[in-house]
Amino acid sequence: MTAHNIRHANTRHADSRHGDASDGAVGGRLSRVDGPAKITGAAKYAFEQQLDGLAHAVMVEATIAAGTVRAIDTRAAETAPGVLLVLTPDTIMEIKGASDWLGNPPTQKTYSPLARTVTYSGQHIAAVVAETFEQAVAAAALVEVSYDETPAIVDLSDPKAGDGIPIDAMTKEWGDAEAAFAAAPLRICAAYNTQREYQAAMEPHGLIARWQGEELTIWEPSQWLDGMARTYAEWFGVPFENVRLVSPYIGGGFGSKALALAHSAVAAASAKMLGRPVKLVLTRPQNFTSYGGRAATRQTVTIGAGRDGKIQSIVHRGVNETAIDGMWVEPLASVTSIMYATPNFSSKQNVVRVNTVVPGAKRAPGENPSAFGIESAIDELAHELGIDPLEMRLINYAEEDPEVNKPWSTRQLREAFAAGAERFGWARRTPKPRSMRDGKQLIGWGVAAGTYPVRRAYGEAVVRILADGSVEVESSSIDMGQGTYTILAQTAAETVGVPADDVVVKLGDSRYPRAGVAGGSRLAGVMTGAVYKAATSALDQLVGLAISDPRSPFHALQANTLVVANGRITAPRGDGPDVSVAELLASVGRDRIEATGDTMPANSTAEDRYKNYTTIATSVPHTEGDYSRHSWCAHFIEVRVDEDFGTVRVSRVVSALDSGRLYNPKLAESQWKGGIIMGIGQALLEEGIVDRRHGRIVNNNLADYLVPTNADIPDIEVISVGIPDLHSSVLGGKGVGELAIVGVAPAIANAVFHATGKRVRDLPITLEKLI
Amino acid sequence: MRDFSYVRADSIEAARKAAALPGAMLLAGGTTLVDLAKCGVAQPETVVDITHLKGLDTISVDATHATLGALAKMSHVADHAGIKSHFPAVSEALWQAASAQLRNMATVGGNLMQRTRCPYFRDPSNFSACNKREPGSGCSAIGGVTRGHAVLGTSRACIAMYPGDLATALVAFDATVHLGQRVLKVDDFFLQPGDTPEREHDIRAGEMITAIEIPGSAAARRSTYLKVRDRQSYEFAAASAAVGLELETDGRTIRDLRVALGGVATKPWRARAVEEALKGKVLDEDAVRKASGLAMEGAVDHGANHYKIELAPRVVARAILKLGETA
Ligand SMILES: Cc1cc2nc3c(=O)[nH]c(=O)nc-3n(C[C@H](O)[C@H](O)[C@H](O)COP(=O)(O)OP(=O)(O)OC[C@H]3O[C@@H](n4cnc5c(N)ncnc54)[C@H](O)[C@@H]3O)c2cc1C
Repeated sequence: MTAHNIRHANTRHADSRHGDASDGAVGGRLSRVDGPAKITGAAKYAFEQQLDGLAHAVMVEATIAAGTVRAIDTRAAETAPGVLLVLTPDTIMEIKGASDWLGNPPTQKTYSPLARTVTYSGQHIAAVVAETFEQAVAAAALVEVSYDETPAIVDLSDPKAGDGIPIDAMTKEWGDAEAAFAAAPLRICAAYNTQREYQAAMEPHGLIARWQGEELTIWEPSQWLDGMARTYAEWFGVPFENVRLVSPYIGGGFGSKALALAHSAVAAASAKMLGRPVKLVLTRPQNFTSYGGRAATRQTVTIGAGRDGKIQSIVHRGVNETAIDGMWVEPLASVTSIMYATPNFSSKQNVVRVNTVVPGAKRAPGENPSAFGIESAIDELAHELGIDPLEMRLINYAEEDPEVNKPWSTRQLREAFAAGAERFGWARRTPKPRSMRDGKQLIGWGVAAGTYPVRRAYGEAVVRILADGSVEVESSSIDMGQGTYTILAQTAAETVGVPADDVVVKLGDSRYPRAGVAGGSRLAGVMTGAVYKAATSALDQLVGLAISDPRSPFHALQANTLVVANGRITAPRGDGPDVSVAELLASVGRDRIEATGDTMPANSTAEDRYKNYTTIATSVPHTEGDYSRHSWCAHFIEVRVDEDFGTVRVSRVVSALDSGRLYNPKLAESQWKGGIIMGIGQALLEEGIVDRRHGRIVNNNLADYLVPTNADIPDIEVISVGIPDLHSSVLGGKGVGELAIVGVAPAIANAVFHATGKRVRDLPITLEKLI
Repeated sequence: MRDFSYVRADSIEAARKAAALPGAMLLAGGTTLVDLAKCGVAQPETVVDITHLKGLDTISVDATHATLGALAKMSHVADHAGIKSHFPAVSEALWQAASAQLRNMATVGGNLMQRTRCPYFRDPSNFSACNKREPGSGCSAIGGVTRGHAVLGTSRACIAMYPGDLATALVAFDATVHLGQRVLKVDDFFLQPGDTPEREHDIRAGEMITAIEIPGSAAARRSTYLKVRDRQSYEFAAASAAVGLELETDGRTIRDLRVALGGVATKPWRARAVEEALKGKVLDEDAVRKASGLAMEGAVDHGANHYKIELAPRVVARAILKLGETA
């Protein structure tokens, strides 16, 4: 259990325009309540627990990319000092197949987390458990594996890869795009590539598993406690209630920590087989092969336009890589189909199987690479036509969703363009490439837009008003740095009417009321809605007691005239009693008020609820009903390219973003900046580099897989242009976490073109592409 | 990582003796050694800790020379006022190396001895062929991912790049390394791979670096280290140049020039051809750019590292031109 309250944590800042009271309300700039614990080291992460009798597991990985394991010789490892267990596909206990995250039932009766057939280099094939970590590492090196190797398909450009499998569900067509393209006076067609990228969270993946009889406790960093608990329950054939997942803090997930993985199964199985708690933490290299990063993608974007700049046709073809034995579709037309108004549109997508771990979610899967294609292409078109790239975007502004022909719930993109351009000084841009410079530095200014759909689901929370007048919030949702602890405190404080530092928020334990995945930027909207509902009902009970209980000083007053604010209950005109919440509870003889709130439809069954929290099958489409719901943003970016060295440095970023109402602007701004920084990494640095002979990623560590350092990041200015969007969430917010990365890479590529006259369509934009 | 014994040497003599035993390795800041032990590349049986030996961390500088004790920390040398004024290239090479945390741990002796970043060298469980690790086993890098590999000084046996920044500055200014009895020029201390890539230094069993000495010169006083890389900080060089310049009293004719290259060769690479071509000439951009091309004489690429052949001369030229501007 991890609880946070704000007392002592809320440091006031000189630049804060509000006092504590308004900072603690929804929309206030309250600092992260978990910040002090993290900064002082007091925060204990999931696998920092010290348990008696803890044994240590280490994975053994395949060193070939394709083939079969002929034999595993474990004799030397078994007799090595401290070794408790050596697991191979033959010796690991039977694990049952589990349903997937969409709720589809298992395709196989049993699940083997250790592979006999190797489909990628780094796949887990054995494990060693020993008394100490060092003994496990030493013994793992003694496991001898022999293989029958077969040729591997290395990546999308491998001649053996072929065209792949058409994904019909990704096809989108309206009008006659081919014909309109053929007839258009101006036509462009270009191919855009993004590489394999990794989430590269600071905290590696890992877990501690402990069995007590048929009860399993897992301490594991998790973006989705209940979804992962379900997987463990199904794997080991125990009731869902028997599995407890604990994840107090998460040291970065970025999409990678939502699922129980093969190594998770191995740790839990070995704990069961040994009757001892087992800890397993992946090495940094294993963090590049034990779960998938962003799939490599290829897109062709074809646009036909009139001389006036109006788009007449968009034809889009996309391909992403997936695994030999796993399916990942990265929806490459998700931005292409909605960003600009076009009467004719066609998009098709294939996936190609290659020998890799199955790719996964990384910040804005789909939208991110999709925007790189369309937002680069529109820039190319603007250049061909001699139209300012910002003007080009306004000429083709989509007044409604062109794909589903529904109005936007809110779309402050025009406002974002205006605000960003103004702050950036876009009007001073000279249009010609290579026309701006500072000594040997070529300067380029680029713009691009981004978007992310509002993903919605139902949520649940408990809110308690305690005898001392404080408020407690419980939920099995999580905080991976995005601010759940903080905004839920703000929501409960404002709704009940107590100061934010009287609220304690408890998260990260699956024993609390259930919660769906912290993914798709949906958690804040879902959870503020649930807490709002629970807190409202707790407040109703409080006021009800005040009015109806004969012992209450307010007995005989009308309910709707009472005010609860700042922890005190008063009658409106100030002529009645004025008591604290604690005093009222004491006077009516109650030690607490408790309310569970959920936003599930009224007639939901227990089965519906279970499904809602443990799968994503029940999430509500963003185009459901009368509206199309999305967050929007516009990035204005300046780069400096050294004309001798080809090195690109981002020197200025102004981004204007529409995430609807912000529950806490300070935290939203941090998340936006984080997304922009990750986008800079994607544009300039990040790329999993594969040895083509071995089908193995060779830069599988943080010295060689480059993410931006502080020195790579200039001051970033973010501007909120959102307005409350009540079609999107109970309190009017839209998504925050994923939005801001979308569009950064094309804005940088467009700026690089402006600086150098060279169009780089193949990320990352490394120096050899420019010299 | 397998078990090893740990010894704390209480004198230089004792350290040398202990380190001369088979399977023994010196431990200074540990930022290379521990890292390589985790990768399974270094498998010491005994680790001889020298970090608390007295008197080995001193830095002394005057106009004639600088002496850096082997245990002086990278960060201390980089920040030393005398080094900054008499040997700016040395200070700049150090503060642009690694990260602040690493520089606070790492010693200059250990820094010279750091190993290549070749990913094949660093991953024995996946790539068994590496002549540097296992003489005669072959080279996994040739034909593989070579973006970071050397273009100068390579052999059929090895194309691994020497990644250090400090040593690049040292060879430019004729620094020497003190090994107890012997004193070697840094340029001679580092060996080209040839057929014996496992031998990277002219250092013998029982020898240990005790100090680095750098002779003072006008060129060293007017010097710079220019490091070009994809990431602005915390990355090894794509190409770097340590350059020192002395002009005649006319303020435009080159009297002395020192040029060494990093990030492109199998050892810190002195580019004497560039120096010779420009000495006695008037410093002007065309001449400098033309002469800088000579730095790549004999360069051979392996595909993805071809860009280094384009890049390195530009880095050299820019470094010389930058010094020329700062009269
Ligand atoms: C992520 C990362 C990034 C880095 N980036 C850079 C960079 O950009 N530029 C750069 O130059 N370096 C870089 N480095 C390398 C770093 O500078 C070296 O690891 C460090 O200088 C080694 O010094 P140390 O004292 O820690 O050596 P140790 O690890 O203690 O020793 C290294 C080796 O030298 C031997 N040794 C140590 N002292 C002596 C001695 N006195 N005599 C003889 N042998 C000795 C040891 O036995 C060992 O083999 C980086 C390192 C890392 C991990």
